[in-house]
Amino acid sequence: MRSNLTLFIGLTLIALLTMLAVLAPVLATHDPAATNADKWLQPPSSEHFFGTDRLGRDVFSRVLYGGRVSLAVGLLSTFLSLGVGTLLGLVASYYGGLVDVIIMRVADIVLVFPSMLLALTLVAIFEPALWLVILVIGGTGWPSVARLVRSEVLRLRQSDFVASARLLGAKNARIVWQHLLPNAIGPVLVAATFSVPAAVMTEAGLSYLGLGVQPPTPTWGNMLRDAQLYLRYAWWYAFFPGLFIFLTVFSFHLTGEGLRQTLGLSQTARRNWRAGS
Amino acid sequence: MIPELGRRFMQTVIVLFGVSMVTFLLMHAAPGHPLQTNPELRLDPTAVERWLQLHQLDQPLISQYLAWLSRVFRGDFGESLLYNRPVLELMGERLPSTLLLTLTAFVLALFLAIVVGIKIATQQNSWLDRFVCTLSLAGISVPYFWLAMVLVLLFAYRFPFLPAVGMRTPGDGSILDILKHMLLPLIVMVIANFARYVRYVRSAVLDVLQQDYVRSAIARGLKGKDILYRHVLPNAAMPIITVAALSLPMLFTGAMVAEYVFAWPGLGRFIVTSTMARDYPVIMTVNLYTASLVAIANFIADALYLLIDPRLR
Repeated sequence: MRSNLTLFIGLTLIALLTMLAVLAPVLATHDPAATNADKWLQPPSSEHFFGTDRLGRDVFSRVLYGGRVSLAVGLLSTFLSLGVGTLLGLVASYYGGLVDVIIMRVADIVLVFPSMLLALTLVAIFEPALWLVILVIGGTGWPSVARLVRSEVLRLRQSDFVASARLLGAKNARIVWQHLLPNAIGPVLVAATFSVPAAVMTEAGLSYLGLGVQPPTPTWGNMLRDAQLYLRYAWWYAFFPGLFIFLTVFSFHLTGEGLRQTLGLSQTARRNWRAGS
Repeated sequence: MIPELGRRFMQTVIVLFGVSMVTFLLMHAAPGHPLQTNPELRLDPTAVERWLQLHQLDQPLISQYLAWLSRVFRGDFGESLLYNRPVLELMGERLPSTLLLTLTAFVLALFLAIVVGIKIATQQNSWLDRFVCTLSLAGISVPYFWLAMVLVLLFAYRFPFLPAVGMRTPGDGSILDILKHMLLPLIVMVIANFARYVRYVRSAVLDVLQQDYVRSAIARGLKGKDILYRHVLPNAAMPIITVAALSLPMLFTGAMVAEYVFAWPGLGRFIVTSTMARDYPVIMTVNLYTASLVAIANFIADALYLLIDPRLR
């Protein structure tokens, strides 16, 4: 019951936040880029729900549009890391031998770089851009997924239903797609609920440092960067973008927690936690 | 156990070499060379050639890598482009401030997490357990730079009794002054670490509570306190120590974004500002340093597991 409740609250929050982002053009009360010199740093009011920023732009509308970028980065980079991770995990576990050793050592090497540091480094080498942020976060997230899929497949390969499928003459490809992959999907889904919020957080952190998505595109991270200088005079400027980062990340963590309990996965210590985020 | 330990050690060495290669290649993935930063600058091609030769940048990649690696082994990590001083010196100067913050936060957070984690594990699904679990989920969901801003807003601006940024008031070197500057970053880091640790402690204790020897201890009529101190805690200690070992890199690199927000003069902030300034020798060294720390911490955690759990031998 309790796990279902957690899952329910998490999924509802995700649905709500996604709707706000998708319907941003409909729900926004103002043009997010429209400046208004007469109305800068106005506190929240019935006209500007979340107040206005240093250029008189409507913070509420900008938060809605910022959500599109944050969610896009979170989802796309998760697709990337899950896709690459699942594929490499399957290949490593299925072929074994040298292929396995090489893939897993490369995974080990990527894993020891804290993702935020690697992201900072890559952004310093190339120019900060939206696609780079997605690529960096997705490209550094695959090793934990690959490890997970690999250990699931190794476990499942010993199981009776795979042995009987093999006895019935099923081909390798059929065993992988029909038997191993569907059964490994649970842990991968749980991994996704960790990956999306981590990506949202990394994007926000990078943008906050001015190394992520660049203005004028509004994101929660770069709004916080702008707001920093006006913190003393305009609490709403920093408060609302941050609140939405928190709500988004929280909703995915709740979903992950609920999913894990519902699927009966044990809360094993996640070994590859990252430093310094 | 010894062969397994040796295998893990070899793996760690391989990973460390991989780390050095990745770091090196990353820097060489940067488009162009240092003389090409300004496209409007028209340089004499022969001068460029001479400069590249002087810095051995005309050599094949592999020999450049080996030359760099041998310098690294001699402890020569190059000079910062920004400060014109050895990178290692700059990092060494900033490490104490970082350690002051991270070690204090680590000890406080771990202590709190152990006390609270044991408490809630022994009363699983009570309201207190649910409350702490939800709180810790919220704790790992909050962006720390935002939490930092909210705290500054509250305690430095709205009710001004704490400084917002820095480590010292100029001209005031007292310990009390440093403590005052330390308090806000410390709170942020304790919240961040506590939220993570308490979940580990709770699940470690829960794991042990489900073991047969605990059940039989209960059946023998031992008192709850005796079971907890004699059977549960010694067995739950290991996963907790492992998590502590995995925190090692964080202690030595500092929380990058948190240090940046509070302008704390530590290593974490140095990493961020150097990256922004494209100070390549620093970025390279920091990557090598951090990734090596993580690899070593992983090895220590593995070794601890092997030492403690005979089933893995």
